[in-house]
Amino acid sequence: MKVLRDTWLIFQRQLLLMFRSPLWIVLGVAQPVVYLLLFAPLLKSALSSIGAHSMSDAYRVYVPGMLVALGIAGGLYVGFGLLGDLANGVIERSQVTTVSRVALLLGRTLRDMVTVIVQAVLITILSLPFGLFVYVPYILLGYAMLALITLSSASISYGIAIKVNNPNVLGQVINNVAQPLMLLSGTLLPLALAPLWLRTVADWNPFNWAVTGMRALYAGHPGDPHVWQGFVIIAGLMVVAVAWASRSFARSVR
Amino acid sequence: MIKTKGLKKSYQTRSRRKTVSVDAVKGLDLDVAEGEIFGFLGPNGAGKTTTLRMLATLIRPDDGEATVAGANLRTEPATVRRNIGFVAQGGGTSDDVTAREELILQARMYGIPKAEAAVRAEEALAAFDLTEYADRKCKTYSGGQRRRVDIAMGVIHKPQVLFLDEPTSGLDPQSRVNVWDEVRRLRASGMTVFITTHYLDEADALCDRIAIIDAGEIVAEGTPTELKREISGDVVTVQVGEDAAKAGDLLEKEPFARGLEVRDDGELRLTVDAGESAIPQIMRTLEGAGIRLDTIELHRPTLDDVFLAKTGRSLRES
Repeated sequence: MKVLRDTWLIFQRQLLLMFRSPLWIVLGVAQPVVYLLLFAPLLKSALSSIGAHSMSDAYRVYVPGMLVALGIAGGLYVGFGLLGDLANGVIERSQVTTVSRVALLLGRTLRDMVTVIVQAVLITILSLPFGLFVYVPYILLGYAMLALITLSSASISYGIAIKVNNPNVLGQVINNVAQPLMLLSGTLLPLALAPLWLRTVADWNPFNWAVTGMRALYAGHPGDPHVWQGFVIIAGLMVVAVAWASRSFARSVR
Repeated sequence: MIKTKGLKKSYQTRSRRKTVSVDAVKGLDLDVAEGEIFGFLGPNGAGKTTTLRMLATLIRPDDGEATVAGANLRTEPATVRRNIGFVAQGGGTSDDVTAREELILQARMYGIPKAEAAVRAEEALAAFDLTEYADRKCKTYSGGQRRRVDIAMGVIHKPQVLFLDEPTSGLDPQSRVNVWDEVRRLRASGMTVFITTHYLDEADALCDRIAIIDAGEIVAEGTPTELKREISGDVVTVQVGEDAAKAGDLLEKEPFARGLEVRDDGELRLTVDAGESAIPQIMRTLEGAGIRLDTIELHRPTLDDVFLAKTGRSLRES
């Protein structure tokens, strides 16, 4: 009960702070939109080998991949915001109170989740004129998957940020984590095009399972086993990531 | 109110590929009484902030025991948190929210219900003279205003003990005096206040009792007056003109005189325990002997003299 109440408290404050400087929500959407406009048209011919014969098919493969990329990258970079709070004493001031330590993390990751979902809805809507055809209930399931992805990646980022507490080191670490995760999850190009050894490696990347599940949902196949597998694996990752990062909040800073 | 025994903390730092252990705090014994302003005086890097952060449950001591506001630091950190307030040197306000919003959030993080939190915030704004700026964003505040918000946040849950880390660091003289007044007001309300400072005048003017810390160890403890007396006593300088030798003979026999130096220019330097009570006696003695007194002056040792005597260095230089 206390955890929920405290999480809500921190979440409200984080949302308030976001509304006070809303520019970056727009900036966050800008890059995916550019990709949508300039990169996706190249895909039709590339994706035809795996059965995408129209622009609509190409977007059904591309958009869910891009949304997951947004969830991974958007989540992994939130740690920089936490460094600001660490530097100006907001974290320390919270830690001397009796507030739940899990709530300090969850309130923040929930805010990040909401941001990514809002961006995802915008991107989905913007993709409709290009010929993306979606089934609303399946898309909602897709957003649920995206929410789990963002909760995981944001928790990982906060956990690392609290441990390193230095923007330069954090940048290096995040880049080195994000790149292989993104490439090995087939977010931009499906791994179906990859050689076998690469696909075997990618099977160990939980985000790859999520991407495959998302694509099945966007293609209108909620019964595809990739969907429930993706949910189970990414939910497992989320629990582990939240538990690990909460411990970092509970322990001392520095 | 605060009692520690053998409190220790060391840090691991890496230099040239070797891990070096630095002892930040080396077995601290402290006893802070209820309702006093206790000052921790020492140069930067002496272990003041580390000690404060240990006592405020932010970092775990490596060794030793402590009781803070009636609760065991190791086994009941949640109770300690409920009973203490802590204000870090850099404060803890966000730029884009208002003082009122910060105070309400802080109260609610202590589990105070919404309506009650709003009332507490309103009271705190009035008490710390912030009502005028209450609904402006924190980034528009001056250093002194922001510091008052920090302290107001630290006491929003009515703690028994308040920890203030370098509360006047970086403030202008007027704001410093305001902060001192706030701290005295909190003491008057029954709160125990534990401050760290590297300012001699602050330790002297504000604190009921101080501990001088250097390189992780307490080198002296007591009231500022006691500490200063302990090292040298007060020096009374007397100018009497040509009768210097005779005056010196007379004063040397007085029971309060601990040392006497007669200088060639007719100046007498008399070391005494308490200058304020020695002066009238000196005047009476000299008057009784018919010696004309030109000037009389009292020199009191400063806390810097104490620091110098205990560590061999001046605090101003370190």
